[in-house]
Amino acid sequence: MYGLDKIKKGARTGVGFAVLTGFAVAVSGMALASERPFGLGTLATAEQVAGWDIDVRPDGKGAPIGSGTAAQGEAVYAERCAACHGDFGEGVDRWPILAGGHGSLATIDPVKTVGSYWPYASTVYDYVYRAMPFGEAQSLTHDETYQVVAYILYMNDVIDEEFVLSNKTIGSVKMPNRNGFSLPDPRPDGQPKGEPCMTNCKVSTKIIGRARIIDVTPDSQ
Amino acid sequence: MSQKTIKSAISRRQLLGGAAATVGGMAAAPLAGAAESNPANLPPNVSEWTPYLGAGVDANPYGMPSEHESHVIRRTVEWLTASAESSVNFTPLQDLDGIVTPNGLCFERHHGGVPEVVPADYRLMINGLVDRELLFSIDDLKRFPQVNRFHFLECAANGGMEWRGAQLNGCQYTFGMVHNVQYSGVRLSDICREAGVKPSAKWVLAEGGDSAGMNRSIPIEKILDDCMIAYSMNGEALRPEQGYPARLVVPGWEGNMWVKWIRRLEFGDAPYMAREETSKYTDLMEDGKARMFTWVMDAKSVVTSPCPEKPMISKGQNLLKGLAWSGRGKIARVDVSLDGGLNWQTAELHGPILNKSLTRFTMPFKWNGEELKVQSRAIDETGYVQPTIEALQKERGVNSIYHNNSIATWLVKSNGEVENVRLG
Repeated sequence: MYGLDKIKKGARTGVGFAVLTGFAVAVSGMALASERPFGLGTLATAEQVAGWDIDVRPDGKGAPIGSGTAAQGEAVYAERCAACHGDFGEGVDRWPILAGGHGSLATIDPVKTVGSYWPYASTVYDYVYRAMPFGEAQSLTHDETYQVVAYILYMNDVIDEEFVLSNKTIGSVKMPNRNGFSLPDPRPDGQPKGEPCMTNCKVSTKIIGRARIIDVTPDSQ
Repeated sequence: MSQKTIKSAISRRQLLGGAAATVGGMAAAPLAGAAESNPANLPPNVSEWTPYLGAGVDANPYGMPSEHESHVIRRTVEWLTASAESSVNFTPLQDLDGIVTPNGLCFERHHGGVPEVVPADYRLMINGLVDRELLFSIDDLKRFPQVNRFHFLECAANGGMEWRGAQLNGCQYTFGMVHNVQYSGVRLSDICREAGVKPSAKWVLAEGGDSAGMNRSIPIEKILDDCMIAYSMNGEALRPEQGYPARLVVPGWEGNMWVKWIRRLEFGDAPYMAREETSKYTDLMEDGKARMFTWVMDAKSVVTSPCPEKPMISKGQNLLKGLAWSGRGKIARVDVSLDGGLNWQTAELHGPILNKSLTRFTMPFKWNGEELKVQSRAIDETGYVQPTIEALQKERGVNSIYHNNSIATWLVKSNGEVENVRLG
């Protein structure tokens, strides 16, 4: 009942609940702005938005001003990342593997790394800045983030050691698995033809696997 | 391993032993219960708790379950993940009735631990392609018109360990990344009207205030259709591990999109391609290509009793219980097979049967100690039929991790023990 059409209509006509409820708020420089039906919340300042608006899109939109090379990033990686991800991005214990895995996606043991799987370089920047190092989120400077992302891309042979990764270049980096994803969602799939069978169905009821024998269930040993 | 987990493991082992003993003899009262029972409390004696006064009203200002129910807890599988802060545990579906998951039993999935958000300092930011960039406090959100709706939340990886075969021997571990509560909160369409969404806005980035800064892109059509910002679950404030003080509700779609501790909604003209919608939560097919933006949780069901944690105790009259759900709408029908899918009968659905909500089903049956291969098959109101694992493997291979909504098989042995098995 509150579909996009209604919002668009409200935006165009400039009339709505606000007039009736007395919550009309004049926003300077927004001649065609819609009305506020509830008058709740406060306007966010540009400074407030800038502090939280940290996402970076594939086309580079949102990338903060800054730059770095893999050569610069090696030291940052060694200090802030290698303890979990390994000196060569090979992953320590169960922490994520960052490099390698090329040609593995169609095998029985796919290794999904930045180089073998991730479709966009922007995602590496977005994720590293917002969530890494694990437990020290948003502690890298923008330049340090460009440096360490460049190093991860370099480990995956995506860029060379001297490539300057920056807000101007991040949208142009081509990732190896850029075309490895399919849209749209083809489901529903795996559906029976016709009505589901109710009696004397042609299925095998032979037991071919038992969780108890695999024996990895907690508390079961 | 916690004290509770150890205790629960022991009690379950005792239960299995008891089941075997009972079934070996005559069908009778459950021996497992009898083993722990004190005859002095049974008729005609006066039970020990009868003559004396019990605890007063304020003994537990926030009430807790009976100590005899201490085995009903969330459980994790430690080897699955590198750390407890980026990990998952599972809802004990086998111990629940009805459709409501108690708040303390709702499974947890965090990517950077549970933040301790101070409600007075909480803000939801709206920015991007809107007429007005806004900040809402929790008090602001609670002044919007309210909606109250039951919805299931299921992790896209629920059952993900079972793609290649029966791996974990439990209903909780194979189906427990789902919960169902009543949410109270604000329609996102109302928040959109308040901000004045521009016609060019096609996508919304939802972002959490946790250490993972969890972020997902959601198409504007879904945002305006039925998404909510929830501040309550089952009548009380969200639990910290479920997003206190506010989370996104994306009915019928994979749990990762239901961003907890939500701090920001950015309106844009293209998807953001965050880590959790590219490197994770994409479904790798056999040919090495991956499906992207597979949001809907297809129809699924599970028999919650009997199951590996709920062995058959007695011969004779018994009650089979289960849960069914669909991200495409309401559950229309659930069929149950006791012979591995050769023959099916339709189970009874118990109301309320709600849109994108867990639905309870039961089927009374008689058991004479024969081996059973128990399965359930959900059908939703769109006609979608819960598939077999063979059908899914044929379409998708075994590397997809996510969206395994196939039919499981519980093998009931003649001694009453139940195992997770794979047929083929």
